[in-house]
Amino acid sequence: MRTPSTVARALARSIGWLSRHAGRGGGTTVPGVILLRLRPDAVAELAGPLGRSIVISATNGKTTTARLVVAALEAVDTPIVANTAGSNLLRGVATALLDAKRPTGATGVFEVDEAAMGSVVEQLAPEVVVLMNLFRDQLDRYGELEALADGWVELVDRLPETTTLVLNADDPAIAELAHRHAKVVTFGVDDASAARAAVQHAADSTTCRNCSSPLVYERVFIGHLGHWRCPNCDRRRPPPDVSVAAFDPEGISGSSLTVATPTGPVAVATALPGLHNAYNVAAAVATASSLGLDLHTSARAIGSTGAAFGRAERVALAGHDLMVLLAKNPAGVNENLRTLVLHPDPLHLLVLLNDRTADGRDVSWIWDVDYEEIFDRVGSLTICGDRGHDMALRFRYGGFPVDRLTVHSNVGDALDAALLTMPDRAPLFALPTYTAMLELRAELVRRGVADDFWKDA
Amino acid sequence: MATVRLCHLYPDQMNIYADRGNIAVFRQRLAWRGHRLEVTDAGPGVEPSPDHDLWYLGGGQDRDQTMVAGDLATLKGSAMRDAADDGAAMLFVCGGIQLAGHVYVGVNGERLAGAAVLDLETTAGSSRLIGDLVIEAELDGETREVVGYENHAGRTTLGDAVRPLGRVVSGHGNDGTSGFEGAVRDRVIGTYLHGPLLPKNPWVADALLGWALAHAGEPVDLEPLDDRVEAAAHSAAVARTSHPNR
Repeated sequence: MRTPSTVARALARSIGWLSRHAGRGGGTTVPGVILLRLRPDAVAELAGPLGRSIVISATNGKTTTARLVVAALEAVDTPIVANTAGSNLLRGVATALLDAKRPTGATGVFEVDEAAMGSVVEQLAPEVVVLMNLFRDQLDRYGELEALADGWVELVDRLPETTTLVLNADDPAIAELAHRHAKVVTFGVDDASAARAAVQHAADSTTCRNCSSPLVYERVFIGHLGHWRCPNCDRRRPPPDVSVAAFDPEGISGSSLTVATPTGPVAVATALPGLHNAYNVAAAVATASSLGLDLHTSARAIGSTGAAFGRAERVALAGHDLMVLLAKNPAGVNENLRTLVLHPDPLHLLVLLNDRTADGRDVSWIWDVDYEEIFDRVGSLTICGDRGHDMALRFRYGGFPVDRLTVHSNVGDALDAALLTMPDRAPLFALPTYTAMLELRAELVRRGVADDFWKDA
Repeated sequence: MATVRLCHLYPDQMNIYADRGNIAVFRQRLAWRGHRLEVTDAGPGVEPSPDHDLWYLGGGQDRDQTMVAGDLATLKGSAMRDAADDGAAMLFVCGGIQLAGHVYVGVNGERLAGAAVLDLETTAGSSRLIGDLVIEAELDGETREVVGYENHAGRTTLGDAVRPLGRVVSGHGNDGTSGFEGAVRDRVIGTYLHGPLLPKNPWVADALLGWALAHAGEPVDLEPLDDRVEAAAHSAAVARTSHPNR
């Protein structure tokens, strides 16, 4: 016999409360896990009262973009249900719905893990699905990138005609999906000055999804994102409906963007640095556009939104600014490094590498990151984490002298060591993998300089 | 100063498990000893010269692997077999060991002919063999622990003309059941160990470099390097297998 819905929900909520009050890591998914065990289609049931849902997925940028979309909706007083606490599997969505105070008529905004999209979309029946990019990430967990891309093809083929797809025109595997669905809004970057000289080393998806020919790039922005075309068939980057027409970086403090839209250009001044965040802004504006929001209002709200937890987040620590830049895959870290070189002074770095389940158990990926780009800018380098010695090897074989770095096993020791080597008031840049970021956050909470992360939500 | 000439097969297609880390190790461990690595990329359509001292082929996604397989068998297999017979050093990792064999049989029964440098064949299984991998490997009469990570659907069976690289201490190895990992003949090594393989296992790197220098006609004693960071990373990887579920 199925557990009655009301009983299941009450039970799940109580357990979430207990979990939080027992101090067990915020309890952001425990209620969802319980609920889905009792009612496998609980998300569909709980989402019933929602007015509509928006689902956002990507290898990189989904957390930040969801945050920006929430800001755009809140600017016009839309009630929101969102999984902003960062749990992005089906159970995280279930927990967010369970915790919702007033779900009736609200707009659900959910960032969803790339591999969890199938089940989440099936249960939520979202009005808008935003697909941003697929990069090499956690090979041990996802298998190969092609399999994920194939999964998204199936997902798109099952969408009802009424669903709007928001797609990144600059990612060939994502743009290909526009050929399988009628209601599509595309976004991308047009500003040629933001291009890189060549396709980066770890570029994925550089063959045509339609005919397998190697793609030709006129410009490359991030990894395999750029202005591409197939020399063999009709596939080419579609002209985006919403695009970053001008990208003016202001170092690590943010950037000024002009975003072209079907209703005219809008200006966005954001504190989120780097071109990857320009893509996030474009995705959020494209989503706002597909929802029919006033884009000037949206642009202001998007621009005034700060960093999500650990994504270029700033914390004041012992007279220094600590900037936390989540570092979980080659494309993401390369963008962080590209942003860091804009900092005019020597870089003081704290690099944390763990290999737990949420990080990916295979640490090979660090060899696909172009750390060499910052070698001559490094003021000090402190390394920490379960696989810190692997990171030290990465730097050693890149040509960085090992006597200029230190390796620590404990995050507190590493933080102290990093602070000791730095001039007064210099900023410290932390590049942690996901679980290392949680450890760093816990250490900052212990030192009384940051809040528990689930209070951030 | 000696020069080792490396032929890097399909660097743009077969690079999924950070294969450039292995190339960086070749380059630096030669440079630190005053020698030089000269790399020639051999992508699709290129017929490599058989006189390279060192050959490298890494892993790729199934789609890329399928795309290069035909090119490898027709344009490169003959040069590679000649080079292996001539005593060139070779390293084939992950997808590389599969394509270095006679044949790779995919999930739907499709057969991809390989370079036939190593006497082995591979059949795709229904599940992937994934995780930390520790083996006891034998090279040049010496046995040592070699560490890395494996992630492959292929089950590899060895023929009589190769021996396993080593015995599995922890992990799956060639097929998850035989207890063997990798394949060796002459100066040719095939293995599923990535991570990448060479940074944490400088002993394997130096064996290959010694062989390549001998093939180049410049046999030198490779003097020891300060490998403390390598040793620490190696220990951490071994320790990792004793608490695998964290």
